[in-house]
Amino acid sequence: MMNSDFWRAFARNKGAVLGLAILIAIVVLAAFASVLFPGDPWEMATAPFQPPLSEDAMLGSDMLGRDIASGIAHGARVSLLIGLTSTAAALAIGVTLGALAGFHGGKVDDAIMRFTELFQTIPNFVLAVVLVAIFTPSLTTIVLAIAIVSWPPLARLARAEFLSLRSREFVQAAITTGQSNSTIILRQILPNSLSPIIVSASLMVATAILLESSLSFLGLGDPNAMSWGYMIGAARTVIRQAWWMSVFPGLAIVLTVLALNLVGEGLNDALNPKLARSRG
Amino acid sequence: MLGFAQLFASRLVKAAAILIAIVVMNFFLVHAAPGDPATVMAGEAGAADEKFVTQLREQFGLDRPLYEQLGTYIGKVVQGDLGFSYRQQRPVWDILAERLPATLVLTLTAFILALAAGVALGTLAAVTVGTWADSAITVVALLAYATPIYWIGLMLSLLFSIQLGWLPAFGYETIGAGYTGLAHVADVAVHLILPVITLALFYMAGYARLTRASMLEVRSLDFVKTAKAKGLTQGRIVTRHVLRNAILPVITVAGIQAGQLVGGSILIETVFAWPGIGRLAFEAVLQRDYQVLLGIFLVTSVMVILFNILTDILYGLVDPRIQVSQ
Repeated sequence: MMNSDFWRAFARNKGAVLGLAILIAIVVLAAFASVLFPGDPWEMATAPFQPPLSEDAMLGSDMLGRDIASGIAHGARVSLLIGLTSTAAALAIGVTLGALAGFHGGKVDDAIMRFTELFQTIPNFVLAVVLVAIFTPSLTTIVLAIAIVSWPPLARLARAEFLSLRSREFVQAAITTGQSNSTIILRQILPNSLSPIIVSASLMVATAILLESSLSFLGLGDPNAMSWGYMIGAARTVIRQAWWMSVFPGLAIVLTVLALNLVGEGLNDALNPKLARSRG
Repeated sequence: MLGFAQLFASRLVKAAAILIAIVVMNFFLVHAAPGDPATVMAGEAGAADEKFVTQLREQFGLDRPLYEQLGTYIGKVVQGDLGFSYRQQRPVWDILAERLPATLVLTLTAFILALAAGVALGTLAAVTVGTWADSAITVVALLAYATPIYWIGLMLSLLFSIQLGWLPAFGYETIGAGYTGLAHVADVAVHLILPVITLALFYMAGYARLTRASMLEVRSLDFVKTAKAKGLTQGRIVTRHVLRNAILPVITVAGIQAGQLVGGSILIETVFAWPGIGRLAFEAVLQRDYQVLLGIFLVTSVMVILFNILTDILYGLVDPRIQVSQ
């Protein structure tokens, strides 16, 4: 899948290449956060309310004298970590349910789709807030809450893929040769339905990062992990005096999410060439 | 109108089923809240001695089997009893009812604005496909998709209230102004502008992209060619034939996203100190007032179901095929 054709198709989408470049920069920033900004991002590094371009705080400091730039670098870790793990968890729930529904059809399909519909009706952000608040905020509860509210679209997608592949000849052949259901699901159908699932998953990482930032904005972030949403939430009340405390972490979120969305669209063009061509 | 009535009735049945499932889920969440509910209640009331806890347990039937408690709970919810907030020393429903109108005004206005402006912009993009207007709309949509709504809200209030001083930064009305009648409505409307725009922006972007894609798809269909062959004007083809069909998937998605819109109001109301359910949710989170939080979960779920019914009605009104079967 990762051959030169793939890269050529990906690179044809200029936005996707730009997105990938931004994304790599953010990953590097996250990876080297403790080298670039040694010391705890929660610790006072300079005088409070330093404007940007001050001597010891490039992007300024917050109301407790913490370095904004350091917070952004360390926050990148939390955002990426939560984005990736919660997407993985959502994939596990969504693809499993979708695969079972699409493969078995009938009553199983009905039951699973009713369940999916229920979760699509529930206001997902409210549910995430309720779950994190009740089970106390921590990286684990945040990841699980995001996964629980974001799996339904993945389930629908996996179901549609499995439903259409189920009747294809190679699957019928596998059934006749007596392969077990789990082998057919995992070895025959799943590999062939990966493309659209990968595209949705890449877009879901972006949504998960937005969700995490919204939770920590409300004060429901992990109290030990510096995060962008927390920085904006904490600086909200002093925005009149100190715009930089809310502006820079916000820009970090916009850049990251935008980069992920652009990469997702590029993946879509590269993995679903037929679709991309018909779109024009 | 038979087709429409049938569709509507089946949707109502489905809505009722979903509502029951949500109530059951809410019940289990109440039980999942940290500690035994009686201890939590006692803690919230500020007294935690053993006797009081036992008394509470009996009073609320917490010593009964779970299924029996579920039955009691459903019975209470049906009567509008959503529990009691010991933090605020008031029934949860009273607290919610007080805040509900502000949230309804905010979310309904934002929903209508997002749908109307999104469809208008998407149509414009589809009609001008390939030109600068199309690209501009696409770029704005992409940016709006990537920006956290609470941050858009903060930036808009930084610009329009703090820098320019054009619009109020927070609140529902000018405190102490004592406006009445039309002046009061105008005052609330001015306070509504920033929160509504912020909440609507994200969804507007989505609907614009969807409308554009859908219109480009529909306009190459046979019936549009027929309309052209009949010699209809471009404007009539776009509005009566293309848009009317292209808008259907947009309405479907709008219905599905209604839940997110209602959820987003938590963030918007927090940013703009809008005195609705969302702001209440933020306060309840700060105070760890689980009873109120779960009440909000239930009420917002009902709101989503109502929004879905609203979009179903809208769908029925717009769908040309349902009109034909009258």
